[in-house]
Amino acid sequence: MKSAPPSIAAVVEGLVASLKHQPGALLPILHALQDELTYVPDEAIAIIADALNQTRAEISGVISFYHHFRRTPPGDHVLQICRAEACQARGAKQLESHIKQRLAIDYHQTSADGRVSLEPVYCLGNCSCGPSIRIGDAIYGRVSPARFEQLLDDMTTQVVELV
Amino acid sequence: MTLQIFVPSDTTACSLGADAIAAAIELAAAQSGADIELIRNGSRGLFWLEPMVEVETPAGRVAYGPVEISDVHGLLKAGLFDGNVEHPLCGGLTEEIPFLKNQQRVTFARLGLGDPLSLEHYLAHDGFRGLQQALSLRPADMVQQVMDSGLRGRGGAAFPTGIKWKTVLDAEADQKYIVCNADEGDSGTFADRLVMECDPYMLIEGMVIAGLAVGANQGYIYLRSEYPLAQRIMDEAIVRARAAGYVGANICGSGRQFELEVRLGAGAYICGEETALLESLEGKRGMVRAKPPLPALKGLFAKPTVVNNVLSLAALPFIFDKGAQAYADLGMGRSRGTLPFQLAGNVRQGGLVELAFGVSLRELMEDFGGGTFTGRPLKAVQVGGPLGAYLPESQWDTPLDYEAFAAIGAVLGHGGVVMFDDTVDMGEQARFSMEFCVVESCGKCTPCRIGSTRGVEVIDKIRSGQQPEANLALLDELCTTMIDGSLCAMGGMTPFPVQSVMKYFADDLRPLADRER
Repeated sequence: MKSAPPSIAAVVEGLVASLKHQPGALLPILHALQDELTYVPDEAIAIIADALNQTRAEISGVISFYHHFRRTPPGDHVLQICRAEACQARGAKQLESHIKQRLAIDYHQTSADGRVSLEPVYCLGNCSCGPSIRIGDAIYGRVSPARFEQLLDDMTTQVVELV
Repeated sequence: MTLQIFVPSDTTACSLGADAIAAAIELAAAQSGADIELIRNGSRGLFWLEPMVEVETPAGRVAYGPVEISDVHGLLKAGLFDGNVEHPLCGGLTEEIPFLKNQQRVTFARLGLGDPLSLEHYLAHDGFRGLQQALSLRPADMVQQVMDSGLRGRGGAAFPTGIKWKTVLDAEADQKYIVCNADEGDSGTFADRLVMECDPYMLIEGMVIAGLAVGANQGYIYLRSEYPLAQRIMDEAIVRARAAGYVGANICGSGRQFELEVRLGAGAYICGEETALLESLEGKRGMVRAKPPLPALKGLFAKPTVVNNVLSLAALPFIFDKGAQAYADLGMGRSRGTLPFQLAGNVRQGGLVELAFGVSLRELMEDFGGGTFTGRPLKAVQVGGPLGAYLPESQWDTPLDYEAFAAIGAVLGHGGVVMFDDTVDMGEQARFSMEFCVVESCGKCTPCRIGSTRGVEVIDKIRSGQQPEANLALLDELCTTMIDGSLCAMGGMTPFPVQSVMKYFADDLRPLADRER
């Protein structure tokens, strides 16, 4: 019999305990949580507040300040489109409308099939080769609508393992 | 003899398929039994040629690019493994490509030569020689060395680095910090990323030198979360540098200590402002602090702190190895040394161009950039990130120098140059400047928090033809209020690009309906 996966609270408590002693521990804790769970769950806030001797309002305030942290689970893939000037100069706005139309969602939304969450980003440091997008931790440059279609295909194609 | 083939591993090369190209070359070599060594080097900064594959030949390294995965078969068939290949993608000897040959690579002399994480490679190319020199100097002499070099903060504010250091050195405290600002958020900039991804030990060496100079034994690299590859490489480089005794309790056997750690930001442009960065490092919202107190006296955890940009710290190994004078000999006026310019946006030949201060913007864009990517006429250039003015053609002959740019109401900032062709709607760019400030303002001061939202609204009214004259006057007044009343450069400089559009591209700010007539 498989053992039950650890509860969210247990995961949070473990990560918080391992990180809370470093100076300025809150951002490292939030990163570790989001890396592990894909988002920062509500039940984490009281646990973090308790461990760092801060109020829940302070912890919530930090989470909401930073664009990177999310309070709800994203889709299978997080897709970021660079909206900054260097990419604008290379057609980012056209790419942006193509992607929004193609996925039928706006920024900060997840596609109906739950596959893709769309976020804006202000610069990926790939400014000579725009327009640029990021999917997970991979960055893609010179993204034309056609290249995006290929990437979308890769994202939404389910790998079927034949036994 | 083993043939060395180089395929870069930095974000840009990988964003264009370098990993797949490297895998295809390795597979082909294994199948054909060719005796090759595939090295994943850093990028050489010639981004328009990325992915740029290089082959070592008796005459030097030969470059091929931009290579797509579909080109690999043809390159191999033409004899890539035999060294010299006639192929349409061949750019000849890398070092002879004018874009590279005509640069003055000082900080970036090692860029892309070898495996970024190879300590042996770093040591074989002057690595840690600056640190060895620094270890023989007294702290006050180290600070003097930086003063003599004329180095000014490369993050954008151009404050003399030596003066900042002296303030921290002279401060009495039980704990001091070195904080590296690696929150490179300006659009059009990637020089910090290249340092961290392609020459990480240089940044480590610079930070250790800074720590020894001011008496700080702890350093933090505050890195933006948009740079996941830089994080992985820096983390690994620190582990290896510690194992080799360049970081830790006993640096190079000197008995002196310096610890170093990467901390990740979380997608907030404002955290590139040094006091917001310190708040963030302390685990708080990235809210700007009022100055004084200066971070040099009350910085991280209220202790004296040097906050330096990646490029400032990366310049130190050269300054300590080759001497302050060698650095100060380059440049013009009060802008000494080199600045790594970054050609971006609608540019034919984009990438990193390190030059001594003094070349004109036009030379940079034409001689190195080769004009626009689309081949259409160049219309506007934004230098220095999203807070920098848009420059019209009449200003392109300005020399790249802090004071010369200040004189025309512009900034060099972190050296980013974003080019736009004549299809750009400058009214839309002005609106975006305000919109960006709405998204990224920390919210502490009213002119920035509220002013930016009002700015978007007023620009929308002008563009939709609602009392355009009166609203233009209002926009002008709003810009003045933001400049004079904001706590930091976010609100204080957001109006710069807007005002430049009002002044030099006024036609684009006319109501859309009028323009279509």
